[in-house]
Amino acid sequence: MGTTTVNNNFKSEEYFINMGPQHPATHGVLRLLLTIDGEIIKKVEPDLGYIHRSIEKMCERDSYQQIVHLTDRMDYLSSNINNEAVCLAVENALEIEVPDRVKVIRTIIGELTRIASHCLWWGVMGMDVGALTTYFYGFRDREMINDIFEETCGARLTMNYNVPGGLMFDIHPNFVKRVKDFIAHFKTKIPEYDRLLTGNIIFQKRMKGVGILTKEDAISYGASGPVARGSGYSCDVRKYHPYSALDKVTFNEVLKTEGDSFARYQVRIQELWESLSIIEQLIDNIPEGEHRVETKAVIKLPKGEFYQRVETARGELGVYIISTGTKNPYRLKFRSPGFSNLSLLNHITVGGKIGDLVATMATIDLVIPDIDR
Amino acid sequence: MNIPLSITKNIHDWLFNIMPESVANIVEMALIGLVYLAIFAILGLFLVLLERRVAAWFQLRIGPNRVGYQGLLQTMADALKLLSKELTGTVKADKFLYNLSPYFVIISSLMALAVIPFTREFQAFDINIGIFFLIAVSSIGVIGILLGGWASNNKFALIGAMRSGVQTISYELSIGLSLLTMILITGSLQLSEIIEVQKNGWLIVQGHIPAIIAFMIYMISGTAETNRAPFDMVEAESELGAGFHTEYSGMKFAYFFLAEFINMFLIAAIATTIFFGGWLSPFGITESIPWLGVFWFLGKTFILVFLIMWFRWTFPRLRVDQLLTLEWKYLLPINLVNIVIMALIVWLNLTIKI
Repeated sequence: MGTTTVNNNFKSEEYFINMGPQHPATHGVLRLLLTIDGEIIKKVEPDLGYIHRSIEKMCERDSYQQIVHLTDRMDYLSSNINNEAVCLAVENALEIEVPDRVKVIRTIIGELTRIASHCLWWGVMGMDVGALTTYFYGFRDREMINDIFEETCGARLTMNYNVPGGLMFDIHPNFVKRVKDFIAHFKTKIPEYDRLLTGNIIFQKRMKGVGILTKEDAISYGASGPVARGSGYSCDVRKYHPYSALDKVTFNEVLKTEGDSFARYQVRIQELWESLSIIEQLIDNIPEGEHRVETKAVIKLPKGEFYQRVETARGELGVYIISTGTKNPYRLKFRSPGFSNLSLLNHITVGGKIGDLVATMATIDLVIPDIDR
Repeated sequence: MNIPLSITKNIHDWLFNIMPESVANIVEMALIGLVYLAIFAILGLFLVLLERRVAAWFQLRIGPNRVGYQGLLQTMADALKLLSKELTGTVKADKFLYNLSPYFVIISSLMALAVIPFTREFQAFDINIGIFFLIAVSSIGVIGILLGGWASNNKFALIGAMRSGVQTISYELSIGLSLLTMILITGSLQLSEIIEVQKNGWLIVQGHIPAIIAFMIYMISGTAETNRAPFDMVEAESELGAGFHTEYSGMKFAYFFLAEFINMFLIAAIATTIFFGGWLSPFGITESIPWLGVFWFLGKTFILVFLIMWFRWTFPRLRVDQLLTLEWKYLLPINLVNIVIMALIVWLNLTIKI
């Protein structure tokens, strides 16, 4: 144990404390080894591996259709976007052109997933700073999205709706109506979020100027998603490498330059509006057509290396496949947003209080299975 | 002790008739103790239920409504469950202090309850230093929290306990000073006399601007004193797990839990007594029926209790340094100035009397 001398009269002693793997603020089984001096954080060491399931290794064993199902269990809050990433990688490798209908539906469901994920994040964010009521507000709206998903594909969280070549089923006849209902409902609810939490003076005091991440650091730590955009680093994969129907829609990449917790918070709230706008542009003109291109029962990718990146609710998810021409990938690597974003936790929380650590960790929006895989 | 209700008067006379005075005194004290324990338990259980229903109302939920009519027996069932639970503890805990601390907390709130005037002369003792006694007794509770956190041999509990020490010591100043501001008008620390003074208008009206400031400071620091959100640094479940009572289970945990609710009631009850006329009815409309005072008193108190619950279910939590900044840099200086203003108002006879 190190001893820091504050001045000649008072000595304070640093001590270790285990935050997690069972701790309410770590959202799962993340273990943080904290070195603290009283309330002040001196060092944060994340200890991973408590929910490691060797998904990447399992992928080497499975066929490409099966791999899609495994990706649900990584970042379970953007499960549909994860599925899409693998499907896109396989389709690009096979040079399959999926119908426009599939592209549009994938984008709509992807954005709905993003909204659902941000709703949950908002609720939990409020809980982490001590406002318990937000959780229920966030879940109320997320529930509507889950109901829409349930009607269309039967699952609410781990959807498995995408398959290489298209979608497993066509959308439910009620889908368009219910999504429109949801948009109308949610447009009245985002201002409610702002009234309940964003405008609160205590909340702003807790968020502003805390956990500052500069643009340079965001780039060098490999941050992506709202965390990086809160620091002014423009990195939206949807803008730079549009996939599915995202090249047909107009939307703004939300950027904030402050780099503090509040900036990251605002980016996510603004993204809710942007996602709504993307859905609105697409929902009225879903093209007619097939919901799936028939692929061979056993998909064999040509020999080579393939990379596909998508923007999940947490940032850039990369799927890197090395194929030797067999029905399984030789090696498959997921570049998960959570892992890179977690790496900067120590950098931005040192010097703060325990309360700051929890609040900052909430704005990074960690999903532990995404980090451990 | 004088009791307005004739039934208690009868019991008092009957006791003194059938046994010698010294024995009768002891028996009466024991009876009063039992009555207050019952009030304590019922109040605690009811407040827990109320909190859960209010929380549910804020959170788009229904809340407990199955056990008994509208869930009235829910907390009874919870208490039974807690009674039947195993009392666990950490191996290296300081067993004596660990077991002692819940009693500190609960005794302090029970003692404070004794001086609360529910209605005219319905008060276990009406001592002439009432307010002083309340402040003094209610600060014993923090010793229980500190001991509990220290003796648990758990770092999270220790952090919680230390936070509690810092917080309670700081906010006690504000509570004391804001009550002192009001004492300037009444000129007495005795709770019954404070209420007598308010027959000419509640103190919040009599003292107008400085009284309202004092009331706001009192409510803020009272919420902090009871360790409730937005000042629940002591428990801060997203930061410290459960704070000082992390290692407590069963009834020992329930003691902490009940004491928190009783303290919330006490804070509201003191505010009612000092600022809102205690058991006095507005404009003396039911003055001829003294026992109705209980309803006025409880009514006003529960409105304030609701206010404190409202804080909890809408506000995020402050950080520990912000908590201290709020007290030492804002509330305390405002309070000190406020006392001077109040003194001037009383001296120049600018109070509003109806």
